[in-house]
Amino acid sequence: MKKIIYLITALLLFAACKKDIQDRTANIAALEPLKTDINAGLWKPILLSAPDEFALAAPANAPATPNYILELNEIKSYQANLSEGQQNQIKYWSAGAVLRWNEILRELVAKRNLPPYQNADGSYPFPNANNPLAYPIFPFANPPYAARAYAYVAAAQYDALVAAYHYKKLYNRQAPYKLDAGIRQMLPASDVAVYPSEDAVVMGVTVELLKLLFPSDINEIQAKAAEQRVYRIMAGMNTRSDIDAGEALGKAVATKFIARARNDRAGAAAGNAAIWAQFETNAVAQGETPWKSLELPARPPMLPLFGKVRPWLMDSLTMVSIRPPAPPSTSSPKFKEELNEVLSYSQNVTREQLRIVHFWADGVGTATPSGHWNDIAADDFIQLRLSEVRWARNMALLNMAMADAAINCWDTKYNYFNPRPSQVNALIKTVTGVPNFPAYTSGHSTFSGAAATVLSYINPSKASAYDAMAKEASISRMYGAIHYRSDCEVGLVCGNRVGNFSVIRGKADGSN
Amino acid sequence: MKKYLFIINLLAIATQLAAQTDADAIMMAKNNFCGGFTYTNSNWKNHWEGTFKRDNLNLGTISTNSYNMMGNYGISGKLNVLFNVPYINTKASAGTLKGQKGLQDVSLWVKYMPLEKQIGNGTISVYALAGYSTPLSNYTPDFLPLSIGLRSKTTSLRAMVDYQLGSLFATVSSTYMIRQNVTLDRTSYYTTQLHNTNQVAMPNAILHQARVGYRSSGLIAELTITDMKTMGGFDITKNNMPFVSNTMNASTIGANVKYTMLEKLYGLSFIGNINYTVAGRNVGQATTAGLGAFYIIDFTTTKKSTSAVNSSTPTN
Repeated sequence: MKKIIYLITALLLFAACKKDIQDRTANIAALEPLKTDINAGLWKPILLSAPDEFALAAPANAPATPNYILELNEIKSYQANLSEGQQNQIKYWSAGAVLRWNEILRELVAKRNLPPYQNADGSYPFPNANNPLAYPIFPFANPPYAARAYAYVAAAQYDALVAAYHYKKLYNRQAPYKLDAGIRQMLPASDVAVYPSEDAVVMGVTVELLKLLFPSDINEIQAKAAEQRVYRIMAGMNTRSDIDAGEALGKAVATKFIARARNDRAGAAAGNAAIWAQFETNAVAQGETPWKSLELPARPPMLPLFGKVRPWLMDSLTMVSIRPPAPPSTSSPKFKEELNEVLSYSQNVTREQLRIVHFWADGVGTATPSGHWNDIAADDFIQLRLSEVRWARNMALLNMAMADAAINCWDTKYNYFNPRPSQVNALIKTVTGVPNFPAYTSGHSTFSGAAATVLSYINPSKASAYDAMAKEASISRMYGAIHYRSDCEVGLVCGNRVGNFSVIRGKADGSN
Repeated sequence: MKKYLFIINLLAIATQLAAQTDADAIMMAKNNFCGGFTYTNSNWKNHWEGTFKRDNLNLGTISTNSYNMMGNYGISGKLNVLFNVPYINTKASAGTLKGQKGLQDVSLWVKYMPLEKQIGNGTISVYALAGYSTPLSNYTPDFLPLSIGLRSKTTSLRAMVDYQLGSLFATVSSTYMIRQNVTLDRTSYYTTQLHNTNQVAMPNAILHQARVGYRSSGLIAELTITDMKTMGGFDITKNNMPFVSNTMNASTIGANVKYTMLEKLYGLSFIGNINYTVAGRNVGQATTAGLGAFYIIDFTTTKKSTSAVNSSTPTN
């Protein structure tokens, strides 16, 4: 009998063994681009007037000068005693600066994507950028805020790298491991000159923008930057002056983007009580049922003036001109038909449909839909083995498109201010949270249409897969019973249209 | 018959303790099978978001109904096997979120009594139990607090000691629960950091329980106190949704009654129980009540001498 017990116990223990969990990008190889993109200094920047708008002095410490020898000695000193932690640091960051900061940004968005808890009187507090750590912590990184943040960081990284590549070619400084045989080259060799360091320029520009966008998390951001600042020195790939110059150049480029961000009207996007009431009055005047918050207590609509934020790929007048026509009137038979379709999904959702809803939900506490598409893009860009500057260019095209998709979608939502299905028919129960803003057009559909269009241009071999993903993301909102068919179908079309503006830019940016 | 009905019910962690459980110090006699059904209903309006106790008007009251089919078979008087199959449905009284339903996790237990000894006027008995639970349906654990379970395959190891003096008894037990990774439908999630994977590491859990009361052939009436703690996990952040690998701690008090027919309808028993969560962390403050009926079948073909119920209690 005891033997049986021992046997059963052993089997149970075996069954309970936990498997280690590893992130998809935890163990990827060091970035070794298939193409160096050595002439990227000639690519068209986004905000910079020219790649040398911000001056970068020639490296002061020429090889063989005493100061340069001190820099080489710093490398040798690190390399003589690399701890396991430092080796892990090298492994982590060598996967790519744009990739790693993109992941960090997604993490910050997910961390801060939490709607504020109500006050005792049922009103809601708003985050305050000037007092970011007081509750509710600034920012509430909701989908429009996040799309804008991804775009600022990606566009600024791209401009900073174009400038860096300009100076690389101009000064043509060689890597330390090429100049001193006593230095170990720990990462893949490259023909691209090392001054200024592309890692440092990305770090410099990103940290400055994140201070603006995620001011509550500066501690964490600086800790990441400190790791990145030394890893290429430890790896024998750069000297200290390459890093310092890159960081300084990145910080300089950031000033242009920060100045734009302070004046792009996003700061006023929350509106006020009079503005919120006006939307309702307008909808009623049109004979429509106006949107109402389904949250208890009722929450003010999310960033109702975000549609007025300055776009990246077109001017504001063009943005208004591509606003889609009105959704079916809430009193029309077509509306009832679409409402009944949502009710049917609500009552009959299958397990596979539920999987699709949750795969694409990207709701509270996540990196949002645009973050999800950054994730999808990053996985593919890793396979494509892009240079840092092409990583940044592709991420900029993708994220400017999604930021403009957010503007287009929010402009549409608050122009028509139509109700969610559950507001009109309380029998409609949902398998994901009902977002706190009007239904038409679907944000997921618009983001996804834009992303699929841009990614299909960048990586044509997967075009049909991106298209299928966008359609699935779109219809997931109907399966979840939070959107009508019109919201989803028109949203996809609008997203495709906005995405095309980015494709046109990409085709003309000199990178091809 | 004994089934320790332990439903880690979403936020609720209703540590529901039926009066006949694998957490009690009763063994089925050899070749006897006790099978039955229980129904439990659990409700909570308030929950703990970390240590912050709050309600959520967008959920109202979360209620969970659990329908359980249970069985316990005596391989010998010292070795029993037990199972439980729960069907669960959930509902939120307010807001738009849709309740979920389905078969949850089958649990299997092996219960062994290596020692039973007279000490003075009382009897001490020692038990070792091993349990395993695994999902019976493809429900999602990623829709808390409306998910019907956490979907983590769980191995439980329990040690239990019982002392009976006349009709009075006390039982204490400790359980260690080893919980396997959970798979989500999404490929990225945030805990205290971003994870780019669909796999979630689950914290293990420890559960302590004490039971005292009256136990005779026909009637058991007892009070229970139960404390469950996850070993790790993390708190729900302010106004966030709960997540499958949250810390989930709960302290509950409860009362169980079991009445066994001794003459007419011999072998039939009824149970009733109630439980209340007095303190918790990242769980709902649930009130749980249950009812059940069981029947004992004696598969012994040779002689009918032994009363299953009498022999199933360690003393008297």
